Amino acid sequence: MSTQFQAIEVIQTKVVNATSKVVPMHWQIRALKQVVKAKKKIFGPRRPIPEFLEAPIPDVSTLAIEDIDLSNPFLYRQDQWRAYYKRLRDEAPVHYLKNSPFGPFWSVTRFEDILFVDKSHELFSSEPLIVLGDSPEGLPVEMFIAMDPPKHDVQRRSVQGVVAPQNLKEMEGLIRVRTGEVLDSLPRNKVFNWVPTVSKELTGRMLATLLDFPYEERDKLIDWSDRLSGTAAGTGGEIADDENLFDAAADMAWSFSKLWRDKEARRVAGEAPSFDLMSLLQSSKDTEDLINRPMEFIGNLALLIVGGNDTTRNSMSGGVLALNQFPEQFANLKAKPELIPNMVSEIIRWQTPLAHMRRVATQDVELRGQTIKKGDRVLMWYASGNRDERKFENPDDFIIDREGARNHIAFGYGIHRCMGNRLAELQLRILWEELLKRFEHIEVVGEPERVQSNFVRGYSKLMVKLTAKS
Amino acid sequence: MGKITFIAHDNTEQVVQFEAGDSLMQIAVHNGVRGIDGDCGGECACGTCHVIVAREWFDRTGTPGDAEEQMLSMTPERAKTSRLGCQVKTTEAMDGMTVRLPEFQM
Ligand code: HEM
Ligand code: FES
Repeated sequence: MSTQFQAIEVIQTKVVNATSKVVPMHWQIRALKQVVKAKKKIFGPRRPIPEFLEAPIPDVSTLAIEDIDLSNPFLYRQDQWRAYYKRLRDEAPVHYLKNSPFGPFWSVTRFEDILFVDKSHELFSSEPLIVLGDSPEGLPVEMFIAMDPPKHDVQRRSVQGVVAPQNLKEMEGLIRVRTGEVLDSLPRNKVFNWVPTVSKELTGRMLATLLDFPYEERDKLIDWSDRLSGTAAGTGGEIADDENLFDAAADMAWSFSKLWRDKEARRVAGEAPSFDLMSLLQSSKDTEDLINRPMEFIGNLALLIVGGNDTTRNSMSGGVLALNQFPEQFANLKAKPELIPNMVSEIIRWQTPLAHMRRVATQDVELRGQTIKKGDRVLMWYASGNRDERKFENPDDFIIDREGARNHIAFGYGIHRCMGNRLAELQLRILWEELLKRFEHIEVVGEPERVQSNFVRGYSKLMVKLTAKS
Repeated sequence: MGKITFIAHDNTEQVVQFEAGDSLMQIAVHNGVRGIDGDCGGECACGTCHVIVAREWFDRTGTPGDAEEQMLSMTPERAKTSRLGCQVKTTEAMDGMTVRLPEFQM
């Protein structure tokens, strides 16, 4: 991104923050959309927006090592990722790609090296973004996942209460009831798509619970989140047009501001504070006036819904697929349901719903004989680390009683380690406990369809048939 | 060889034997002490080996480094004598020590 544009974006954010008291947030975002349109007319887009047309990916053994490109958004869909990662792990564990549709970048593929990069936040910055590509032009939403200390630490501390185990204890009952309702309504002995009916539905319900969002409107949360994480420019996703993101952000700002004001009014009227995110933000000194900093306000809320959406959803689908590919594990699970907590970690390792996080070197760094230059982008490929044979025995196998399953790297490590990890584990545990109570068998029918992305490793279609317990 | 007592949040006690040189996290995990996860395997990078050292023993555990301090600062149940178990290397002088476990690891 050119510094000229960055400067403009900083000014935009300042203007938005300064005027937020008088101009509603969603108007401001619509206004930004016009500014960006005008800017693009005058200067052209920052970087040409990449267009991705699916073509068969060559076998990795036919490529020169320097040409291996892990940013290809079809690598996962075409089931080539294992071979690509393995070749880099073995031959070039710290690998530089000169040219990609996203520009040049380093790939780090071994568990041990990923851990090093993730831990060394003073050498590798999370700013301004944690996906490979660019953020939507002119929409500088501020999320603490993409901030360095000290700002990161302050913001994380102010919101983490909502997903801290203390709070989850309060929510567990509600999550279980809502999960049970969905499972009871599923068709039996009839093929249906697990992804929208179970995985999306359950994550939507959970997010609505977390935010105390109007329950009937919960599909909006999923829609916004999918649009934010699915852009072609950011992750090689299917959303080619950045501009519809402004509409999503404006809708989101409107809904969340309304929710905030409602909560505020109810609290002033003497209602006891509840455990949802808005209530927690309003009762902390650091964040009680967050609404006056719109980009941060939307950023923090967006981060929670994006963070908790694709990830848990795809683990819910991934677990079903894994148990079908390894039927002896399914049998073992039915015999020993007490293995569910360990299996949940193994599902998350096996699926690794987020392929990577991105960093930028803050100085020249030597790693495995390579010099990563200050300013270079570095991708930590968690999905490769979790299949690193140096760390896990038979890494491609799904083993529900695997020793050390918790030591996977799908949640990252260090100060940015997934804040929602306990919530994700809780939801998956409840799902499997409730499934085993009801069903004898969950059979996957046909091949799943995988999404187009270099970031999200997920499914759009997973056809299944359920047999009820007799 | 000595003994360390781990006291869970519900006050149940587990007394375990240790060899000086292992970390508190390793000792807990090897002896199946419930309430310690040690997800990162001792890299000071996950925060799931949080323990609260009894006040009178705290000085003997040394001082937390910067990285440990930063991970601890994001732990909801942080207390004055909190440590990450993986960063405390046991010595003979810790024979008889008690440490409490938080209600949750995060
Ligand atoms: C299986 C499910 C999940 C996976 C695999 C996952 C994965 C990740 C990863 C890889 C990171 C970045 C770690 C790093 O940079 O070192 C992260 C951060 C984060 N995740 Fe998750 N996540 C999951 C579920 C959730 C849920 C349910 C929520 C919240 C509702 C959530 C909220 C967050 C937040 C807020 C961050 C930023 C933390 C920070 O920067 O300090 N995640 N997650
Ligand atoms: S084991 Fe991860 S911080 Fe101690």
